[in-house]
Amino acid sequence: MGIDKNLISSLFVHADTALIHGQRLGELCGHGPVLEQDIALTNISLDYIGRARLYYDLISKLEGNNKTEDDYAFHRIESEFKNLLLVEYPNKDFAYTVAKQFFIDVFYYHFFLQCVESKNQEIISISQKSLKETAYHKKWSSEWIIRLGDGTDISHQKMQNAVADLWMYVGEMFVPTEFEQAVIKENLMADLLPIKSLWEAEVKDIFSIAGIKQAENNWAQSGGKEGNHTEYMGYILSEMQYIPRTYPNMIW
Amino acid sequence: MIQNSDIQAEVQSIFSLLEEVKDPEIPVLSVIDLGIVRDVIITNEDIVIHITPTYIGCPAMGVIEMDILSLLWSKGYKNVKIETVISPAWTTDWMTESGKQKLKEYGIAAPNKNSKLVRNIFELEENIVCPRCNSEHTLKISEFGSTACKALYQCQECKEPFDYFLNVIN
Repeated sequence: MGIDKNLISSLFVHADTALIHGQRLGELCGHGPVLEQDIALTNISLDYIGRARLYYDLISKLEGNNKTEDDYAFHRIESEFKNLLLVEYPNKDFAYTVAKQFFIDVFYYHFFLQCVESKNQEIISISQKSLKETAYHKKWSSEWIIRLGDGTDISHQKMQNAVADLWMYVGEMFVPTEFEQAVIKENLMADLLPIKSLWEAEVKDIFSIAGIKQAENNWAQSGGKEGNHTEYMGYILSEMQYIPRTYPNMIW
Repeated sequence: MIQNSDIQAEVQSIFSLLEEVKDPEIPVLSVIDLGIVRDVIITNEDIVIHITPTYIGCPAMGVIEMDILSLLWSKGYKNVKIETVISPAWTTDWMTESGKQKLKEYGIAAPNKNSKLVRNIFELEENIVCPRCNSEHTLKISEFGSTACKALYQCQECKEPFDYFLNVIN
């Protein structure tokens, strides 16, 4: 059997999403709104970076090229990254951070729940491990949606603004690219379309408790999975990749 | 040619040795207490040790690997390799009972499958018992604590803050 390019591209979507999301959350180290939440955000960040490492390991094995996790993280350019646009969006304020976290937690919860049925044993292992962590993150982010949405007038308004601004980036999660369709057909990864209704139901549920309205505009911006990114991507890569590119092969 | 019984004895003695390797974040627990050493495989060429992370991103894993290697090297073992396995995923069932007891003595509430459930703001949650005064009157301060595997609590009786080692289930 040759190298499965579709599978590798699909794995990059989730590897890069995990890495960029982890990096974004890492920016909040020392900048969280209160100490406990600072710790929460960086703990979640670690889980995502750990997940990215597992995916890059698997990709390296499939490509058979002896590349390391660091090669993938630090020595690829913007157009080679296939992460969701949602995770490259800046932290802006705590409501944006919470909304982003909540949207991808609900998505990944259902995604991993399906991926544990994959035909690929390694995908099953990564998914089983990640599912436990995602369930825990989802509890945290759901509670914060409720706290802020059902909190003061200002916290409610901020939560509502974040949801409205980020809404255009959620649709991309459920639309499979061509390479993902091929992988879904092979029963290697979760079908994305059925996750959409599960995601919508769960988000609606939490929003109704929180008193948050869904955005009315359902237009979805896509492109991240194909390597077409928002303006924010270049900046986050510059910061993340600066040291390893300036001092190649540097180790601790 | 090595005999099977010799290998068995060797595997056993490596497992006992590994009791000396502690979790750098929770130094009362050994890697055996934590249940993160899955297997020791001895062949003619090398010794392979399978370890599994409690949490994927656990930053202590690198240190633990080095500690295991340097201990075994110092005892004269050559060609030791460490492989990370993630399946089946680690749960707190892998932790030994004596490990749980050591945690409590160290001031960390141990994972307990049989915790009572109490009503919290959002949902039913485990009622965590204070490891110092055994009071059930405790309050969760944060789901996330000083490491990925712990949450932060405070006892409402003795007022001491304490960590709770999260119960990870299947």
